[in-house]
Amino acid sequence: MPSSPAIETKALRVVRGGSEVLHEIDLEVPEGEVTGLLGPSGCGKSTLMRAIVGVQIVQGGAVNVLGKPAGSAELRARVGYVTQAPSVYLDLSVEENLLYFATVVRAAPSRIAEVMRAVDIDELAGRKVGNLSGGQVARVSLATALLNEPPLLVLDEPTVGLDPVLRRDLWGMFRALADGGTTLLVSSHVMDEADRCDRILLMRDGSILATGTPQELRDDTGADDLDAAFLTLIDRAEGAD
Amino acid sequence: MRPRATLATAGRVLRQLRHDPRTVVLLLVVPCVLEILLKYVLDGQPFTFSRIGGPLLGLFPFITMFLVTSITMLRERTTGTLERLMAMPIAKLDLLLGYGIAFGAVAAVQAVLTTTVAFGLLDLSSTGSEADVVVFAIANALLGMSLGLFVSAFANTEFQAVQFLPATVFPQLLLCGLLVPRDQMADVLDAASSALPLTYAYEGLSRVTTGPGFDGTAWRDLAIVLAVTLLALALGATTLRRRTG
Repeated sequence: MPSSPAIETKALRVVRGGSEVLHEIDLEVPEGEVTGLLGPSGCGKSTLMRAIVGVQIVQGGAVNVLGKPAGSAELRARVGYVTQAPSVYLDLSVEENLLYFATVVRAAPSRIAEVMRAVDIDELAGRKVGNLSGGQVARVSLATALLNEPPLLVLDEPTVGLDPVLRRDLWGMFRALADGGTTLLVSSHVMDEADRCDRILLMRDGSILATGTPQELRDDTGADDLDAAFLTLIDRAEGAD
Repeated sequence: MRPRATLATAGRVLRQLRHDPRTVVLLLVVPCVLEILLKYVLDGQPFTFSRIGGPLLGLFPFITMFLVTSITMLRERTTGTLERLMAMPIAKLDLLLGYGIAFGAVAAVQAVLTTTVAFGLLDLSSTGSEADVVVFAIANALLGMSLGLFVSAFANTEFQAVQFLPATVFPQLLLCGLLVPRDQMADVLDAASSALPLTYAYEGLSRVTTGPGFDGTAWRDLAIVLAVTLLALALGATTLRRRTG
């Protein structure tokens, strides 16, 4: 008997700016795995993540997260969310940012040093965030979400603009977190990151095109690499229209 | 609501200001310089200086806190930190009170400095004590803060936020009685001024500086300023949304 999914959406519809950007999305994200949300920029990944975190006004359907409707007050301490644009205070130092958010999420002060080490920003502790590079700011934003060790992490393009070594290290950290029981939903538009996920949700134009493990998607399409697999899936979907 | 989150927010806002020393200096020095300027502009009319010099001390914090809060809150909205906070376990009231404590503290420092300069160096006389002016200054700062917070929801850019100052603050300064006594205005403006909070802020300040002192009317004025502050905060809270489109 598999455990209940960490995230479950049923017929989720979202309208933004007068047009429907998510069309009746049904999906399940299993607990304790790294699920990759992949698709081109503008396909609705961020909106889907916002709906899961409960900050998006939705027009229809249901979103359940850790057994509660998305956006429930009790979920605010249990879901870590990192937006695509880093949302930290640029006029504070790295440590001051983490100190403030640690108090808000009731994390132990000792966690501040731990999360800085985890994303390799411990040497930047006293630096003002506004003076850091884009990749460094992104890591400060990511560190913030790790403070209270939430059972679910929703990360919107956390590795954009990072150098390959750092990307590998972060994916290593995501893996370690999942091994420890954390559920991760990580979006990316870089297909080579898909292979690092346990499971993939392939998204296009506001719909989920395919789901499965990377191996299942390759087998299903007979493609050697995931890029080719995705192209086949897209062609298939368009043929069906 | 959680006092620790409230205080952490106040501390965070003050730390943000501390990283911007130029703003701090401007906040503290500009009102003093303006008061000195006013003194010598009115060199030939010492009576006018003593009539408006005192109340103005309590009105500066209203203007500066309106501006500082509307820009700070706009930044929270545009940089995504507000959305992040709204997805975290923090009550809206913690956020609003945190802002109130931080800007109230800055206003107190600003008011103590300006009143010291005005009463100590510029020979401004007052029927009440310096502390009476400071009390009104803090209340006015909170009023400015809550109005700034509210209007920031209607601004998408810092340019727009800055333009809300002449749009909402200047008319109140013109009508509150500072420049011309209200009974000398057109009847319709006199009536309109009685619906504006700054009118009561000025009236109270005027009573504690050049009038009978901290009397019943001044207390009533203070109560009205605080009531409007709470109303604006409640309206401001409705613009802090957990979910957006």
